[in-house]
Amino acid sequence: MMITRLIEAIGNPFSTHIESTGRLIRFFFAGIRQIPVLPLQFGKTMDQIWFIGAKSLFVILLTGLFTGMVLGLQGYYTLVTFGSEAALGGAVALSLIRELGPVLTAIMITARAGSAMAAEIGVMRMSEQIDALITMQIDPIRFLFTPRILAALISFPLLTSFFDVVGIFGGFLSGSMLMGINETVYMDKVIQSVKAMDIWGGFIKSIVFALVVTTICCYRGFYAHMNHQGQSGAKGVSLATTSAVVQSCICILIFDYVITSFLV
Amino acid sequence: MTQPFIEFKNVRKRFGSLEVLKGIDLTIDKGTITVVIGKSGSGKSVLLKHIVGLIREDDGDLLIQGKALNRLSKKQARQFKKNMSYMFQDNALFDFLTAFENIALPLRETTKMTETQIRKKVHDRMDRLSIEGIDHKYPSELSGGMRKRVALARALVTDPELILFDEPTTGLDPIRKNDVHHLIREFQKQFGFTAVIVSHDIPDIFDLAQQIALLDEGKIVFKGSRQEIMACEHETACAFIKGREHLYDRSET
Repeated sequence: MMITRLIEAIGNPFSTHIESTGRLIRFFFAGIRQIPVLPLQFGKTMDQIWFIGAKSLFVILLTGLFTGMVLGLQGYYTLVTFGSEAALGGAVALSLIRELGPVLTAIMITARAGSAMAAEIGVMRMSEQIDALITMQIDPIRFLFTPRILAALISFPLLTSFFDVVGIFGGFLSGSMLMGINETVYMDKVIQSVKAMDIWGGFIKSIVFALVVTTICCYRGFYAHMNHQGQSGAKGVSLATTSAVVQSCICILIFDYVITSFLV
Repeated sequence: MTQPFIEFKNVRKRFGSLEVLKGIDLTIDKGTITVVIGKSGSGKSVLLKHIVGLIREDDGDLLIQGKALNRLSKKQARQFKKNMSYMFQDNALFDFLTAFENIALPLRETTKMTETQIRKKVHDRMDRLSIEGIDHKYPSELSGGMRKRVALARALVTDPELILFDEPTTGLDPIRKNDVHHLIREFQKQFGFTAVIVSHDIPDIFDLAQQIALLDEGKIVFKGSRQEIMACEHETACAFIKGREHLYDRSET
């Protein structure tokens, strides 16, 4: 009896997670499969690029600027002890392009747009709007998820590149303007140290993060009524939004490590 | 004898430990209006959601023109569902679309109509339902009655063969309520669709119905015409429509 209960206690959450992961993978492929299906959802995708991309721009620029400034400051004080402060430009640029740019951009988009996606789709689920789509013979995954994933695939790399550029400028502000490193040396080191492979690496990361974040956030909202606590209504949407943001952030860091280990 | 359009054969549905439908037997003929009445929470919406395919029966059969819905080919099921509309109890309007876009959505997404044709058709439905001039308003900017009529316009805009109405007049004033009843009757005469209406508007809704079904304790306990239910010969049905709970409860036992 005790053993049966123990097996149940271990097995139930395990099988629930397996089931949920399977559903997530099916959801992902169902959305991806719809990308080339005609008629293309140009209007909806543009709306989402506006929402995910354009509306996140200010936050990304601000975060990028201050991240770069902090890197410039910290980098300067570390490098100056070895007498190699001239290498600051390269250190800032490589840190941003390889790691901080893609990761922080993805986390900021998750916080701003990913949470909104989960909440919006979650409310649609709870208020039967998704059921209404089904009764109208409109594929809800195509209607809700596909334009968002397409928009994310365009917006994430663009925002990441903005983050990188502004971050390098932030490093320049604190390193050259504040701490007095020669401007030409700083920019020369940026140009010399960054290789095409670094930029490609950052680009690949931002594409993967776009897929991960959008899939998790849309999936959590779409199945907001199937949370493990059995909550519906506002509570269900709140749980969906929280788990979407937390899981997205964790997955960003895990995937970052995995991709980095392949790239280095 | 003609084959019924929709037939429930001993349909059962359970949610966890709660058995909502305990063997539904009901036939709905093509081109008729069937009104389903019953206490709140008795499973009327669950019954409708079986027809539209949002919920699947645990046991029994739901037959569409003699063929089990869950055994129809994908093409047949798609064809059946394409000719059907569902008006939700809470309207289920899309918050991010305007009233016009809400009504136009099924036409834009599932037909090859041009924008001009869509505009003409949507405005026709809006005019008939007295909701002209709200094209650019979002559902949150509309009153409850307006939202109801936008949902009704969306259900009617595709000229479906079957429309399922889940409490179409809840929250409307008596004048608007009668307007909606009149419109359903008028549209039904004009287009000949089959309608299943879940409603609490007793006895007004009976004027529309060719068949009235009372759902109680997970079963259809009464089926008949307006005259039959109003004659008050069936004890449970009579107690229900007169709102006499004590009598109603006693008749159940």
